[in-house]
Amino acid sequence: MTATATNPASQRPTYLNHAYTLWSWLSTTDHKRIGMLYLGTLTLMFFIGGLAATLIRLELMTPVGDVLSADGYNKVFTIHGVIMVWFFLVPSIPNTLGNFILPLMIGARDLAFPRLNLASWYIFVAASIMALYFLLAGGVDTGWTFYTPYSSMFSNSNVTGVIAAVFIVGFSSIATGVNFIVTIHKMRAPGMTWFRMPILCWSLYATSLVIVLATPVLAISLLLVALERVAGVGIFDPALGGDPLLFQHLFWFYSHPAVYIMILPGMGVTTEIIACFARRRIFGYRFIAFSSMAIALIGFGVWGHHMFVAGQSAVAAIVFSLMSFLIAVPSAIKVYTWTATLYKGDIRMAAPLVYALSFIVLFVIGGITGLILASLALDVHVTDTYFVISHFHFIMVGASVSAYMGGLHFWWPKMTGRMYAERPALLAALFIGIGFVLTFLPQFWAGYLGMPRRYHEYPDEFQVLNVMSSAGAGILGLGYAMPLFYLTWSLRHGEPAGDNPWQATGLEWSVPSPPPKHNFVEIPVVEHEAYSYRPFGAQGSERVESDEEIQR
Amino acid sequence: MTRPLPGAEGVAVQEQYESADQQMSANRLGMWVFLASEVMLFGGFFLGFLVYRVMHPQGFEEAASHTDLLIGTVNTVVLLTSSLTVALAVTAVRHGRRGMGIGCLAATVGLGAAFLALKGYEYWKEYGEGLMPHAGKPFPLHEEGTMLFFNLYFAATGLHAAHLTLGIVMMSTIAVLWAVRGTARVPELVESGALYWHLIDVIWIWLYPLIYLAGR
Amino acid sequence: MTPDDTTSFRWWTDAVSSHAERVDALTFGFLGLLALLVIPVAILLPYFVVHYREGSPASRKRAPSNNRRLEWGWSIIPFLLSLYFFWHAAVLFLDQQRPPEDAMEIAVVGKQWMWKFQHPGGQGEIDSLHVPAGVPVRLRMISQDVIHSLFLPALRIKQDVLPDRYTDLWFQAEKTGRYHILCAEFCGTAHSRMRGELVVMEPEAYQAWLDAREPDDTLAARGEKLFRAYGCSGCHGENSVVRAPSLAGLWGSPVPLADGGTVTADATYVRDSILFPQRHVAAGYRPIMPSFRGQIGEDDLVELVAYIQSLGSRDRRAAPVRQDRDGEQTDEAGETTSP
Repeated sequence: MTATATNPASQRPTYLNHAYTLWSWLSTTDHKRIGMLYLGTLTLMFFIGGLAATLIRLELMTPVGDVLSADGYNKVFTIHGVIMVWFFLVPSIPNTLGNFILPLMIGARDLAFPRLNLASWYIFVAASIMALYFLLAGGVDTGWTFYTPYSSMFSNSNVTGVIAAVFIVGFSSIATGVNFIVTIHKMRAPGMTWFRMPILCWSLYATSLVIVLATPVLAISLLLVALERVAGVGIFDPALGGDPLLFQHLFWFYSHPAVYIMILPGMGVTTEIIACFARRRIFGYRFIAFSSMAIALIGFGVWGHHMFVAGQSAVAAIVFSLMSFLIAVPSAIKVYTWTATLYKGDIRMAAPLVYALSFIVLFVIGGITGLILASLALDVHVTDTYFVISHFHFIMVGASVSAYMGGLHFWWPKMTGRMYAERPALLAALFIGIGFVLTFLPQFWAGYLGMPRRYHEYPDEFQVLNVMSSAGAGILGLGYAMPLFYLTWSLRHGEPAGDNPWQATGLEWSVPSPPPKHNFVEIPVVEHEAYSYRPFGAQGSERVESDEEIQR
Repeated sequence: MTRPLPGAEGVAVQEQYESADQQMSANRLGMWVFLASEVMLFGGFFLGFLVYRVMHPQGFEEAASHTDLLIGTVNTVVLLTSSLTVALAVTAVRHGRRGMGIGCLAATVGLGAAFLALKGYEYWKEYGEGLMPHAGKPFPLHEEGTMLFFNLYFAATGLHAAHLTLGIVMMSTIAVLWAVRGTARVPELVESGALYWHLIDVIWIWLYPLIYLAGR
Repeated sequence: MTPDDTTSFRWWTDAVSSHAERVDALTFGFLGLLALLVIPVAILLPYFVVHYREGSPASRKRAPSNNRRLEWGWSIIPFLLSLYFFWHAAVLFLDQQRPPEDAMEIAVVGKQWMWKFQHPGGQGEIDSLHVPAGVPVRLRMISQDVIHSLFLPALRIKQDVLPDRYTDLWFQAEKTGRYHILCAEFCGTAHSRMRGELVVMEPEAYQAWLDAREPDDTLAARGEKLFRAYGCSGCHGENSVVRAPSLAGLWGSPVPLADGGTVTADATYVRDSILFPQRHVAAGYRPIMPSFRGQIGEDDLVELVAYIQSLGSRDRRAAPVRQDRDGEQTDEAGETTSP
């Protein structure tokens, strides 16, 4: 409850300038500083994972193995998968943007458990160092899926070390999940009812539920693989009558919901951006709020669609297929809703909106191909091929990272007090969108023609498509690297942002930029629905949308 | 939000909270969410036991008949009793009865230790019979699935014992804290600790029939 | 198609079975429907962005913030439409689960990093598979080490090959030619080299190919030798003094078990009975058979299974489906087995 007394604007104490020492950062319990710590760490991990992706794309330019050895290639795609999934995508939006924005959005001074929040970052850093050590010194060749019995009895690589790192990083996720759930339940400002929360809060809530309930199942299955490797305590060993498919069931029970951990926050961010830049209340608020919860819930019942050719029973396959069709419904609702929100808006084209629109495009392509994969006989043909690779990259990378970038640009003025440079930002957004499509569309085709995933060498006929993909990856890489430079530049040279450069309605915009240490001098009282937007520049009551109309 | 807890009046409110009430109910919810996560952790074992039981009914019966029903049952009673003492400790803290509270916590720690001691003896006995896989002695059972059973058994009870050990450390720390300083945080610590302890108990209650009662 | 064709770039890969053609039709039909469902978004999104750009003269009066009928509509209608494809894909999948009775059987063993195929006549080949066109072929597959997956893109099918049990894959290729065999489940260092060639031939050419390679013995005959070599015949033979069930006529029939259940005597059952004899104890017999786990490799198991299969199914006209529960072995058609 630090009283931020009236100061001259230049001297105003913010979360950034109240202390400068390294220790003040390493010992901080301020959710905003922890968000920034995560931003730094995750950016590093993203580029390490991206480096591995670059090696993969270089290797696949030719059908023979000329850049890497077969073992080297297998280790590189494992690095790419493990780092990107657990050390970037899962924590990306929740732990950076979520950490920074969530308490501000609901009118709280901090998360419910600030020290737990800091602990989660330390756990994350420790696990990252461990994972990097084991992945780079010796390496692991199982892929990020760690399928038994290959991982438990055959691979001679550092499987145990990496499994331990993934196990540990799970605690970091769970800590964040618990923190968010409790914060949303208990720390909302007076008047901030559930249905007045911005949609991002709903999607972070749904994400946290999935994190808390699914991550421990991954933990236990990895623990059992490690036990089998280290102590010979076979649980999945067919020689003992064990069933390697049990591992796959446990693994996907986590890892399919994990896809929703990666995409739900992105949906929330996209919703915020679209409402703001279209100057409209989000269309069908309740539908979109409940669809997040529906995705989280149904998401626990579809894991078996990863195993249609693995040898599970036909009945199970049909049930999982139907459930997978069902989960497309809430996703479709969101896409239609975003489109309808633009109707009769006052749309200003800015970098965050470009990212949000490319989120929608990439998400739709990923979603459509997801339905092909949910169809039994069709999945039999395309599963374990580049069709699947391309599908989940569209969702988990194309869409999810677009939303992450969009959110980063949208809240950058709030986080740093400076505006980013608009022109390079638009250019980067364009590069990312186009580069992504160029990289991954050819992969759908290669997959349907029969190119299996995790192939170091491949039949010659796929070379043209692979070269196209690698060329697209060059553009994509450039697009992903650009923000690193112009965002860093803006820290010192950007225009001062002011408290509310987007004239947005969320509570986070009612505090100064950057916010003071404890966010609110006095906890605000919320009297309006979310997203009561007026056109840019409009003051007072010009907008026809009154609150009564909104509540209809 | 529930009624203000008696004994909560002196609680120091951390700066992110508006009131002691908000802080307490947040702490309690946080514990519940964490416990839900813990249940899912053990869920993997329950699933493993059930799936393999269906796949190898004879092997699992045979293996289960080699477990020590007596120790298992005594341990169940011990753990249930410890849940009672921990519940009494919560009552004591609510009524501000420090002596009784510390006594109950001590009893809880004692019962937890007794459980671990009995479990250790059981492990030792099983080691002697060669039931501990890969411990250097030939495995005496030949029915398919028996070794799977014991692998699951050691993994599940081992993880449970690790949780219990953590619980014992927590409870001892709280008891010492209460005895030495009587700090304002004790009431909520006891509450959270008790919830965790009950979870350890509940997990055992599920493990017990899966391990000891299968096919008897 | 000649082998050369596989080395150059192609936009399309032929579908060489009716199943494959139906998969293609469903895929593109479904993509068509999905495109139809996306069209409103694809048109309206850019239109709105341009038409309602900041400062444009378009009217913003009475902008709706919800519309229940529309919202329910776009939730439910696309789902119902897509169910058509769910259903057809499921039916096609189920067909693929049921190989025809008369399918020719080929045994497949996957191991790091090669595919081994065994024809019924005993001809074996590695990393290539010759099959006749127009004839249903059933692959009975098992892995000797990790999980592999046999992928035949020209036929639009694949199936994981597991280390602990047999899985099946069947197809009826219609067009002669050479096509890829690929491993689709990551299996270690040389995963991407675990490839082979599927050669679909005219039936006469296939026969000629078979005849040109002189097998030492048929698969079943080799199995019979192993049956003696491993000592199986000591108990299961015709003149054995140990009371074990005869295996003649066993194949494909239901086996009553000691625990009251029934199991069909198929490849998995026979393999399990050799490796894990306690798993299914036939009713009326004591569980005295030792396990051969770790002593018989998958290749030999394939031959043993083929031998027992060659002993034939119970002759429908003769055999009474009768179980002698007193333990007195019935005649040569005794269906019980605790191998």
